Amino acid sequence: MISNWVWLTVALPLLGFLLNGALALRRTGSKAIVSVVGVGLLLAAFAVALGIFIELRLSPPHAPIIVDLWHWLPAGALQLEFAFQVDQLSAVMMLVVTGVGSLIHLFSVGYMKEDPGYARYFAYLNLFIVFMLVLVLGSSFPVMFIGWEGVGLCSYLLIGFWFNDKVNADAGKKAFIMNRIGDFGFMIAMFLIWDSLGTLTFTGMVERAPAILPAGGAIVTAITLFLFLGCTGKSAQIPLYTWLPDAMAGPTPVSALIHAATMVTAGVYLVARTNLLFALAPLSSTIVAGIGALTALFAATIALRQYDIKKVLAYSTVSQLGYMFLAVGTGAYASGIFHLVTHAFFKALLFLGAGSVIYAMHEAYHATHSHADAQDMRNMGGLKQRMPVTFWLMLIATLAISGIPPLSGFFSKDEILAAAFGRAGDRPVFYLFYVMGLAAALLTAYYMARMMVMTFLGENRTGEQERAHIRDAPLVMTGPLIVLGVLSAVGGLVNLPPYLGGGALEHWLEPVTAPAAAFFKLEMPHGLTELYLIGAAVLIGAAGLVAGYQATLGRKLLPAAEAPEDTGLAWVLHRKYYVDEIYDRLFVRPVVWLSRLVLWKGVDQTVVDGAAVNGTARISRGLGWLGSRLQTGQVGVYVVLFLVGALWILQAMVR
Amino acid sequence: MLLGPSLALSAILFSLGVAGVLLRRNAIVLFMCIELMLNAVNLSFVALAQLHGAGGYVMVFFVMSVAAAEAAVGLAIIIGIFRHKQSVDLRNINLLRG
Repeated sequence: MISNWVWLTVALPLLGFLLNGALALRRTGSKAIVSVVGVGLLLAAFAVALGIFIELRLSPPHAPIIVDLWHWLPAGALQLEFAFQVDQLSAVMMLVVTGVGSLIHLFSVGYMKEDPGYARYFAYLNLFIVFMLVLVLGSSFPVMFIGWEGVGLCSYLLIGFWFNDKVNADAGKKAFIMNRIGDFGFMIAMFLIWDSLGTLTFTGMVERAPAILPAGGAIVTAITLFLFLGCTGKSAQIPLYTWLPDAMAGPTPVSALIHAATMVTAGVYLVARTNLLFALAPLSSTIVAGIGALTALFAATIALRQYDIKKVLAYSTVSQLGYMFLAVGTGAYASGIFHLVTHAFFKALLFLGAGSVIYAMHEAYHATHSHADAQDMRNMGGLKQRMPVTFWLMLIATLAISGIPPLSGFFSKDEILAAAFGRAGDRPVFYLFYVMGLAAALLTAYYMARMMVMTFLGENRTGEQERAHIRDAPLVMTGPLIVLGVLSAVGGLVNLPPYLGGGALEHWLEPVTAPAAAFFKLEMPHGLTELYLIGAAVLIGAAGLVAGYQATLGRKLLPAAEAPEDTGLAWVLHRKYYVDEIYDRLFVRPVVWLSRLVLWKGVDQTVVDGAAVNGTARISRGLGWLGSRLQTGQVGVYVVLFLVGALWILQAMVR
Repeated sequence: MLLGPSLALSAILFSLGVAGVLLRRNAIVLFMCIELMLNAVNLSFVALAQLHGAGGYVMVFFVMSVAAAEAAVGLAIIIGIFRHKQSVDLRNINLLRG
C-alpha cells in the first residue's frame, strides 16, 4: 500500500525547506546544491503522489483511506487525529500541486539564478508545497486549516520576497490581512460545524450531516456562507479579491505557482470537499454561483485595460476562479475541479511565459542600464521574431483559455456553462449566471488577444539598443513551458464530454461527490440544446479573439513613457473601478482616524498619560508640597508639633 | 504520549530564550526570545494537558492573547525608540543610567 506512505509527499518538501533554510542562513552557498535539493525532493514527492494515484486507479477504494499520523488534539469531547485523507479528490489535487509545482520549481532555477536570496526563495517555495499538501490531504477541518494558514504565510513571504521595496512589503501585508478576514469566516464555520455535528472530520461530516442538518436550514446555510467567506479571501472573489493583483509584486514563478495554479484554488477545493453541506444549502450554493459569475465578469472587464502583463493575467485568474465557483455553486463539483486542473496548466503556462518575456526584457534593459518598465506591454511588441518558442507556447494557452476546441480550456469552460444552463431549469436565476459567464468568455478572449498582440505582434517598442538583447530563455526555463504547453493542449482528455464518450474525471470523482448527488441531480443539457450551447461558446470565444486582435493591431501604440493617458471608461477600467480607493475610504481611513484621534490622542494621551501617569506624579507632588508647608524653619513650631505628637502617642498607649 | 520529548523540547526552547534575553543586545531579537520563552511554556502546557485535562489548552489561549497584546505594545515601543535613536541596539539606550 503506497497510500500509507502519503506522509512522504509532505515530508520530502519539508526536508527541502529545512535544508534550504539552513543553506539560506549561510552567507555563501552553492546554488547547485540548493537547486538539487529544492527541485529533486519535490520531484520525489511527485513520484510518490503518482504512485498513490496509480494505486487508487488500479483498485479504487469505496471509502477514503485515512492515514493516522498521531493523536493531535485530545481535549475533552474533541479527540482529533492528525491524519491525512487519501481519496479520489485529494489524489487529483496532490498530482496538480506536486506536478505543476515541480515544473515551476524547475523554471525558477533559471529565473532566479542571479538572485542573492536564491536559497531563501527555494526554502519558501518548498514550504509552500508542504502546506498546500497538508491543505488538500487533511482529513479534518483543523488539519486543513493548518495548511490553509500555512499557504497564506508562504504567500505573504513570497509576495514580499524583495522586501527592500516598500511596495512589495505592503502588497504582502495586504494579502495577509485580506486573507485574515476570510480565515475568520472559516473559523466561525468550524465552530458551527463542531457545535451542530460534534465532529470535525470530513468522513464524520458526511455520516452525520444528512441526519442532523435539515436541508435548507438556517445552520447549514450559515456554515456554508461562512465557509464561502473563507473562500472569497483565499480564492480572491468579490469582495476580497483586491489582494491578488497586488500579489504580482512577487517573483513571477511565485505568481504562477501560488497565485494562479494552486493556492488560490483552495477555496474551490474546499467547496468541492464539503459538497454535501453546500448541497444541503441551496441558497448558499446560489450565492456561490452568483458571486462566481459576477467575479468572472467584473475581473474580466478590468483586465481589458491593464498594461502590466502580469496584471492582465492576475485579473484573468480572478475571473477564471469565478468560473470555478460558478461550477461548484451550480452543483457541478467535478466540472469545477476539472477547470481547476486545466486552469492550473494553461495559467501556469501563461505566467511562466510572461516570466520569460519579463526576464528577456529585464536582461535587455539591464544591458543598456535603462530604467523603463520591463512588465509594461506598451514597451514590448514584435517579440514573436525574438522569442518564437515563448510565443507559440503562449498562443496555445491563449487559445485554451479562450475556449477554442480541442484545447483543454474549451472542454472545462464549456462544461461549466452547460451546467449553469442546465441548472436554470429549476432555478431561473442561473440563466443570468449563464449569460454573465458567456459575456466573461467573450471578454476573456478579447483581453487575451489584446495581450498577445501587444506583446508579440506589431512593431517593437522596446528601444533601438535594447532590441538586440531580447531572446528566448534558456532550456531550463523553456523546458517546463513545453511540458505545460502539451498539458494545456491535451488536458481536456481527462474529462471529455459525454458525446465524445468521456467523463473520466467526473466518474473518477463520483465517490467524493456522491453525498451531494444524493440530494439533487444536475440535469445537463442534451442533444440539440447541447450542440447550440457549444456552438455559442465557441463562436463567442472566436469572436472575442478576432475582435481583440483587430482592435489592438489597428491601434497605434507608443512606448509607456510617451503613451497618452486613457480617458473616460477606459481610465475607470485602468484604475480598476477605484475599488482600492473605495475600500481605503470605507475601512482603512476610519480605522486610522479611530486609532489616531480616539485611541491615541484621546485614550492614550489624555487618560493613560494625562490622568494615570502624570496624575499620579501630580498627586505625589501635591502631597509633597503639603508636607513641605510644615517645614517653616521656626524652631518654636517644630517644638509645638513635637509635643502634640508625643502627647498623641502617649494617649494611644495609655488606652 | 510524547510527554517526555515535549517537555524536554520545551525546556530547551525556554533556556534558549533565557540565554537570548541575557546575551543579545538587539531589541528585536530580545523580543523574539521573550516570545520563544512564552511558546516554550505553551508547549509544556499543551503536553501536560494530555495528563491533566483541557485546562492546559485554555491556558495556552490566554498566553497567546496576552502575548499578542504584548507583541503589539512591544513593537510599538521598539519603533518609537528607533525613530528617536535610529538604532534598536540596547547598548545605546541608557537614558536612565545613573
